[in-house]
Amino acid sequence: MSETIAERSDERPGSGPTAEARHVSGVSIRLDGVTKQYPGQRTPAVDAVSLEIPAGQIVVFVGPSGCGKTTLLKMLNRLIEPSGGTIYLGDEDVTGQNADQLRRRIGYVIQADGLFPHMTVGTNVGLVPKMLKWGKERVAARVDELLDLVGLDPETYRDRYPKELSGGQQRRVGVARALAADPPVLLMDEPFGAVDPITRQRLQDELLRIQEELGKTIVFVTHDFDEAVKLGDRIVVFDVGARVVQYDTPEAILADPAEDYVADFVGAGATLKQLTLTRVGDVELRQPQVARVGEDSAPVVRRAQAAGDQYVVVTDRRGRPISWPSLAELSRTSTVPDTVDEHLPVVGLHSTLNDALDTMLAASQGGVVVTGRDGVAGVMVVETVMAAIQQTRGEAQG
Amino acid sequence: MWDYLVDRRGLIAFQAVQHVSLVVQCVVLATGIAIGVAVLSYRSPRISGLANGLSAIGLTIPSFALLGLLLAPFGFGITPAVIAVVFYASLPILRNAVVGLAGVDQSLVESARGIGMSRLATLVRVELPLAWPVVLAGVRVSTQMVMGIAAVAAYVLGPGLGSLIFSGLSRLGGANALNATLVGTIAIVLLALVLDVVLVLVGRLTTSKGIRV
Ligand SMILES: Nc1ncnc2c1ncn2[C@@H]1O[C@H](COP(=O)(O)OP(=O)(O)OP(=O)(O)O)[C@@H](O)[C@H]1O
Ligand SMILES: [Mg+2]
Repeated sequence: MSETIAERSDERPGSGPTAEARHVSGVSIRLDGVTKQYPGQRTPAVDAVSLEIPAGQIVVFVGPSGCGKTTLLKMLNRLIEPSGGTIYLGDEDVTGQNADQLRRRIGYVIQADGLFPHMTVGTNVGLVPKMLKWGKERVAARVDELLDLVGLDPETYRDRYPKELSGGQQRRVGVARALAADPPVLLMDEPFGAVDPITRQRLQDELLRIQEELGKTIVFVTHDFDEAVKLGDRIVVFDVGARVVQYDTPEAILADPAEDYVADFVGAGATLKQLTLTRVGDVELRQPQVARVGEDSAPVVRRAQAAGDQYVVVTDRRGRPISWPSLAELSRTSTVPDTVDEHLPVVGLHSTLNDALDTMLAASQGGVVVTGRDGVAGVMVVETVMAAIQQTRGEAQG
Repeated sequence: MWDYLVDRRGLIAFQAVQHVSLVVQCVVLATGIAIGVAVLSYRSPRISGLANGLSAIGLTIPSFALLGLLLAPFGFGITPAVIAVVFYASLPILRNAVVGLAGVDQSLVESARGIGMSRLATLVRVELPLAWPVVLAGVRVSTQMVMGIAAVAAYVLGPGLGSLIFSGLSRLGGANALNATLVGTIAIVLLALVLDVVLVLVGRLTTSKGIRV
């Protein structure tokens, strides 16, 4: 499988973090003539689909409503029994296996309300390890590790109930629960639907960050083609009956839609769609002066003046950006203040230029702070986005 | 009446304990039976409709008549009393259990199955806890109702405060007859209130904080 990934990195030269040969813990999934005929319906909902999903990649299913995406996904963990065909995980034929045991090896995240409201966050996340008879302490340690992974402080959130979380936090817990027993495969059916666009974009960034770390095989269903382009290593475009119309990388599908139907689906703004293909990590970022909460202000101001900056990015003690005061504001203080700017525009290295632009517009700012693995990775300004648009326009015309 | 109460306090207390113990045991048994039947029927709309219908019809049977009918096979004593009380107690619980289980969000059931919980585990760990507040509301209704029905069970010589009421009624006009009837009735009302408070507390203790309203 490493071959496919190497091939993939050639296709996206310099595409930052995703391009490195990444650690793969997933297994491949192979569908062979998989069919689902619901009783009492004339045509099968899924008609003899054969598909290979490479290990360690995110493959996104898109297609019109009712085309059979959910049905196909649920056949992978046998929530729906196929009426025909064979499904392999790795080399293993799982069509005849005990379904409950199979599902404990496959993470599953559904759109909303997947968390059990009568259990705490910690209990929810620990369910699968507990079913697999892990010891108490090992489960507790794993729960904390996972909450950390999805960006929730275990101390704060472990003992809360789902209703005490925001929508975005609930989705994170859903992802943590699905990852709990370290399954090689993750199935996600419109997991980030029904959250606001900015939260959605953060969740996508988190998923990409987690995936970079874990290298699972992820099958992701969405209605949103931008989301598919952003998340997918490959995209499967389906038509009715789960007919595979096109199965390729986002770049290839955008550049060369297989049928008129795909072109319609991709949408007219294909040039601007290139904004969805370019990652924040692919463009040059400005390096701002970074100050920690509690530092003396004066030297920070001097440093920034020397660098010719108008502002400073302030981080909390864990290195996460919390505000970006101007030098004028900062010079009125003696130590760097710990005020948290709720509207501070932040994106990750995996965010697309499209996301970055959205975030700037939502915050009415001319730039965004970019965070990487170890805190602030830089600042991106609106001019960079404009330059990228100019460039793709030029390419499209020339 | 006060003198009557003081004179007979031993007997009254004994009968009150008997009454409550009959009701509590019968309600516990009825809860088990009702949940069992509900679990078997809630997945099928037809069967759960049937269960609801039967429960509605069952409640219209006069308790006196049912006790009379039970006399033939079981004779006088505790058996017909228990059968009748359990029967009536289970009806509201059954209805609520079916409604409660059917009302559990299907996406949660799917989620439970999707992470590898067996059918049984899904029922025990997800569906029943979520339906529990509704079931418990049924238990409260049942308890109130069968406090009265248990009194009628004294007609077949069942235990409890009913015997006080019946003996009073049969001697109406005689010495202390009215006192006996009144004391029996008032005691039942008071005990019903106490039991209801206890059930509210049980509800607090057995309902997860995450689904309390
Ligand atoms: N349980 C079921 N019984 C009968 N038919 C079903 C069942 N579930 C889905 N279908 C039918 O199968 C087809 C595919 O449904 P499916 O849910 O897989 O679509 P989808 O691609 O996920 O759609 P959406 O994008 O709206 O979620 C639809 O025509 C639907 O009506
Ligand atoms: Mg669907």
